[in-house]
Amino acid sequence: MLEIRDLHASAGDKEILKGIDLTVNAGEVHAVMGPNGSGKSTLAQVLAGHPAYEVTSGSVRYRGQDLLDLEPEERAQAGLFLAFQYPVEIPGVSNAYFLRAAYNEIRKANGLEEVDSMDFLDLLEEKLKVVEWESEIMSRAVNSGFSGGEKKRNEILQMAVLDPTLAILDETDSGLDIDALRIVAAGVNKLRRPDNAIVVVTHYQRLLNYIVPDFVHVLSNGRIVKSGGKELALELEARGYEWLEDAVGAAS
Amino acid sequence: MTQPFVREFEAREGTVTAEGPEWLEPIRRAAMERFTRTGFPSARDEEWRFTPIAPVAQGTWRPPAGGSGQVTQADLAPFRFGHVDWTTLVFVNGVYAEALSSAGRLPAGVRAVGLGEALRADAALLGRHLTRHAPIEGSPFTALNTAFLREGGVVHVGPNIDLATPIHLLFVTTSDSAGTVAHPRNLIVVERGARASIVESYVTLAPGGSYWTNPVTEVAVAAGAWVEHTRIQRESERAYHVGLTHVDQQRDSHYRAFSLAMGGAVARHNLHVRLNEENIETLMYGLYLTRGDQVTDSHTAIYHDQPNCRSWEVYKGILDGRSRGVFNGKVFVKPEAQKTNAKQTNRNLLLSDLARVDTKPQLEIFADDVKCTHGATVGRLDEVARFYARSRGLPAAAADRLLTYAFAAEVVDEVALMPVRQELDRLVLERLGGL
Repeated sequence: MLEIRDLHASAGDKEILKGIDLTVNAGEVHAVMGPNGSGKSTLAQVLAGHPAYEVTSGSVRYRGQDLLDLEPEERAQAGLFLAFQYPVEIPGVSNAYFLRAAYNEIRKANGLEEVDSMDFLDLLEEKLKVVEWESEIMSRAVNSGFSGGEKKRNEILQMAVLDPTLAILDETDSGLDIDALRIVAAGVNKLRRPDNAIVVVTHYQRLLNYIVPDFVHVLSNGRIVKSGGKELALELEARGYEWLEDAVGAAS
Repeated sequence: MTQPFVREFEAREGTVTAEGPEWLEPIRRAAMERFTRTGFPSARDEEWRFTPIAPVAQGTWRPPAGGSGQVTQADLAPFRFGHVDWTTLVFVNGVYAEALSSAGRLPAGVRAVGLGEALRADAALLGRHLTRHAPIEGSPFTALNTAFLREGGVVHVGPNIDLATPIHLLFVTTSDSAGTVAHPRNLIVVERGARASIVESYVTLAPGGSYWTNPVTEVAVAAGAWVEHTRIQRESERAYHVGLTHVDQQRDSHYRAFSLAMGGAVARHNLHVRLNEENIETLMYGLYLTRGDQVTDSHTAIYHDQPNCRSWEVYKGILDGRSRGVFNGKVFVKPEAQKTNAKQTNRNLLLSDLARVDTKPQLEIFADDVKCTHGATVGRLDEVARFYARSRGLPAAAADRLLTYAFAAEVVDEVALMPVRQELDRLVLERLGGL
């Protein structure tokens, strides 16, 4: 589904991704871990098309297309979803309106008919259950005045409604208390299917107790320095990141 | 040019334009003298520095011909909020059009009439209020308006009456207005403990028409009254509009203004609110939307004369093309006005590289135990927010419209009366080209 080859990306003059290789197949959950500043959030944002980053070399193929050739909205319309680390507040636009607009744009781009607000409300009723939420949240402005936990929950609600083929969760666990973490993780698990894939970007192993990955990759200084199964996450939790960075430093 | 106005003023003798209670004519005359003496302001006047008023000052303006001519109810439908049951006073090219107006079902103790009628029948009310709130010394335009005071709307809401539906003063221009100036003079008096919503609209049936509207509205909010006053300025984009609203509030009252300005080649609105007693709340919201070569100027002044009052002001601008916005917000706090709580915010969104804004907060605070803050911003759409919306599948142009709408909606949402809010929302969406 996703093939990243030797991906280099910069923000301004600073190279952040220095040759990433990663393959994600349908039905898989991958965790990308790493210390602060390793480039894991940059990877997530580059995949979604954040304009602040420039891809300087390498390639990303997504479902047979050149992902880097697509505008952010075209990526979304092709089934890619990024759950933001810092979801943006949009005062003045209701959550329901925003989500319906997004839902319809994606349908339109895929040759499907747009849904009216009544039908959309029915769909929402269903999807709200994924994150154990009441419908009153939909009349509030997008993320406006939401707590950190509510914002993350809202990202997963959006994911549930937009039903992506590839979801990238960027530090979805940061700032969550244990109850919110459980709800958010349970929501993500409900959305796991054989025909979609999830990339979980996280600093801590904690989230991976709930969203159990098939593969774990460790990012350090813009490169994947180690890959393994879910047990790698536990090892990182026990030993920290330094031993890996030291090992890489010694090897190079 | 002032001379044509002097001639016109002298020519009024014996016509309806000179009608009214006997105390009024000396006021008109004093106003005319004042205007003749001061003339129009120029760019050298600090108050008018950023407002290119020369086309008004140098033009030769005729009085409107009068008569509502061919205007039909159908023509007015787009301006009536879809609520035909609202009491609506209609003015065509500045002149009251009784046939197009609708009295609605007003409760006993509420009056909504043309000023011409009020000059005959409501002398006592007018004597207490008319010209008492908006002084002719305030501006040459107010003096000029006062000199030609004859047309406009008068609304009087008696004590403790809760007016369920708004009263709408609807000023519409037609193609006959070309080259003319109208001086609407409105008086809104809401008595003790009453509750009212007033809408004041300036619209046109001649979208390319070049005319000038010079309205003055006086508002008296008595003790314990609650008033929502919505002003919608949608003049022709080739017209001139110089308007003033002057509000006097008494104790325990609540006045909330919303001003939408989207028309006019050059449009200026002054909103002055004086807090005469204690425990008053004043909310002032504004939204200006400009494009092309439009210039829109919002001058507000709030006078905290007494202690324990609160004022809250948010004006927002969305500017496209080569348009210009001006915001000047004055807050005066007298020495005795302790425990004043005043907040002023002006935020501007520039949609083009050539649009520009001059924003100037002006706080003069002479009391020491007060909380007064102000802030002004001029910026563009937030890149991260754009990316967020696009990452959800919204095309770039749609994301921009959504975020621009969101910027406006945040202030429109402050309008209390739902049908008015919905109408403002619709107007903003229409201007932004939908979502």
